Amino acid sequence: MNIAVCVKQVPDTASPGRLDPTTHTLERSGKLMLDPSDEFGVEMALQLVQAAGGGEVTLVSMAPHGEISGLRTALAMGADKAILISDEGLQGSDALGTAKVLAKALQRVQADLILAATESTDGYTGTLPVQVAELLGLPSITFAKRVRIEGQKVLVDRQTETGFDEVECPLPALVTVTAGVVEPRYPSFKGIMAAKSRPIEQLKVADLDLSTDDVGWHGAGQEIVSVEPAEARQAGEIVVDEGDGHERIVAFLEQLKVI
Amino acid sequence: MDFDLSDEQESFRKVVKDFAEAEIAPFAEQWDRDHTFPLETVKAMGELGLFGLPFPEEYGGSGADFTTMCVAIEELARVDSSMAVTVEAGVGLGANPIFQFGNEDQRQTWLPDLCSGRALGAFGLTEPDAGSDAGATRTKAALDASTHEWVLDGSKAFITNSGTPITSVITVTARAEAGISAFIVPAGTKGLVVEPPYRKMGWHASDTHGLRLEACRVPDGNLLGEPGRGLAQFLAILDDGRVAIAALAVGVAQACLEHSVAYAKDRQAFGGPIGRNQAVAFKCADMVVAVEAARNLVYRAAWLKDHGRPFKQAAAVAKLFATEAAVTATREATQIFGGYGFMDETPVSRFYRDAKILEIGEGTSEVQRLVLARGLGLPV
Repeated sequence: MNIAVCVKQVPDTASPGRLDPTTHTLERSGKLMLDPSDEFGVEMALQLVQAAGGGEVTLVSMAPHGEISGLRTALAMGADKAILISDEGLQGSDALGTAKVLAKALQRVQADLILAATESTDGYTGTLPVQVAELLGLPSITFAKRVRIEGQKVLVDRQTETGFDEVECPLPALVTVTAGVVEPRYPSFKGIMAAKSRPIEQLKVADLDLSTDDVGWHGAGQEIVSVEPAEARQAGEIVVDEGDGHERIVAFLEQLKVI
Repeated sequence: MDFDLSDEQESFRKVVKDFAEAEIAPFAEQWDRDHTFPLETVKAMGELGLFGLPFPEEYGGSGADFTTMCVAIEELARVDSSMAVTVEAGVGLGANPIFQFGNEDQRQTWLPDLCSGRALGAFGLTEPDAGSDAGATRTKAALDASTHEWVLDGSKAFITNSGTPITSVITVTARAEAGISAFIVPAGTKGLVVEPPYRKMGWHASDTHGLRLEACRVPDGNLLGEPGRGLAQFLAILDDGRVAIAALAVGVAQACLEHSVAYAKDRQAFGGPIGRNQAVAFKCADMVVAVEAARNLVYRAAWLKDHGRPFKQAAAVAKLFATEAAVTATREATQIFGGYGFMDETPVSRFYRDAKILEIGEGTSEVQRLVLARGLGLPV
């Protein structure tokens, strides 16, 4: 069982991100880290490979400046190898451009299963995984809260607003996993040391049989025209209970048409 | 000169920090209140490799250097001293004597479980009447030639990790014919009595007991290291422990700094945040000086050890300065928090109670000054 995991390397999630004032895109010039939402896919992949009795977990990532910090974290968790696509020509890529790059890289892996997070924690478009699946001609299942492999099929409990659907589809396939599908492990010190010697293949756009016209600013079909700050949240109303607290709560909920 | 930790050390610091914030910080107050030794969390620290960090992989360790160990202890102490000292004692007092002085058989028997955190080890040196004066050890060891067993009689005091559900082994010092020697006593050995836990000022989630040895018999092969060298062996172990306790103190002081600065920005009094008053702001400034100085002393002592250089003096310097800095930082943080600092809902109250022991354990501040004064050639 060979599994590929799409992982994003994002600016430190602990400090607020900055937008470039002219391009309105997130500044990604500093050190990047493994997107916390991708820890679930990496852990899921490690557990599925172990349950299958063997195989490899390959990470696929696109990042600026040859960034590998986040890949090292995922390798320290136990992934076997990684492919990084880093190229100045990729700057300005939109979700579809990124999907084209990752799809080409994933073709080199020939995985039985491709995992991704439902969305990244910096861009939040949530569109990339299904675009990758479409480009590769693979079936995809989104929002998995449980993933099992049975023979040549993947069985998924797919989170819905009211519960979950049980979905199955033949492999190879692409599945996006929610936070909570598994509990990601912490990398051990031994894992961190082992990660140093795990291979990271670094590729350019030209290595992927793509033209720089397909990706980056040139290939982007979308443009961020302007960015407005979110409206500040209004202060809440403080209700002091003077014996009628329950009535006030009921009235408030009725006003919201919740009850 | 290079003041940077390696990429691997920085990566592991982040792992331990994330672990401490997610798995320890939310529960530390409750463990402190209920005097809970959190076994599942201790096991999780074992899975992270913390208990085997500085030992070779052949014994189940991680093969990290001592500096990495100090960084890990610092990050644990930043959220909870009890968990930090559980690791520090497990590594420094439980496993390290067996690794340093054990024969191959003893290492293979005990280290794999100790390194993985499946088991915890303890070291019984201090006695009710022999603390800093460890040479006054009264516990006796007599060889019973007919059974090839050592018979141990005496009592030990303040022994960390000695009564946990997973304590597997306690090394004790005792006076034999050849002088003070060290003996490996497996948990559960007949005649080894683990007394009820102490009522302590702090470190409530750490396991501490007195021990009694009542005609406690162990095989003669359980002698650890050379007969008569027990005290010298222990003093060598203690140099490592002093740096590790100093690292723990850095974590405590760092936490006080972060809590104090956050509170000084947030707490409003006299029409603004209290941090705009120099009386508060300068306390924070002094705290950052103390933290930076202590951390540099600790890392330098650890670096000397990692490079095979003498580090006895550096260890004493780091231990003395860092632990006194930590106690000062907890006192000033509590002062900045005012009445809230005296309430157990705020972490600084717990830090204040937890810090004092740092000036006492693994050699008191007075013992450090003695070591340093003697190092200066003074006839003290």
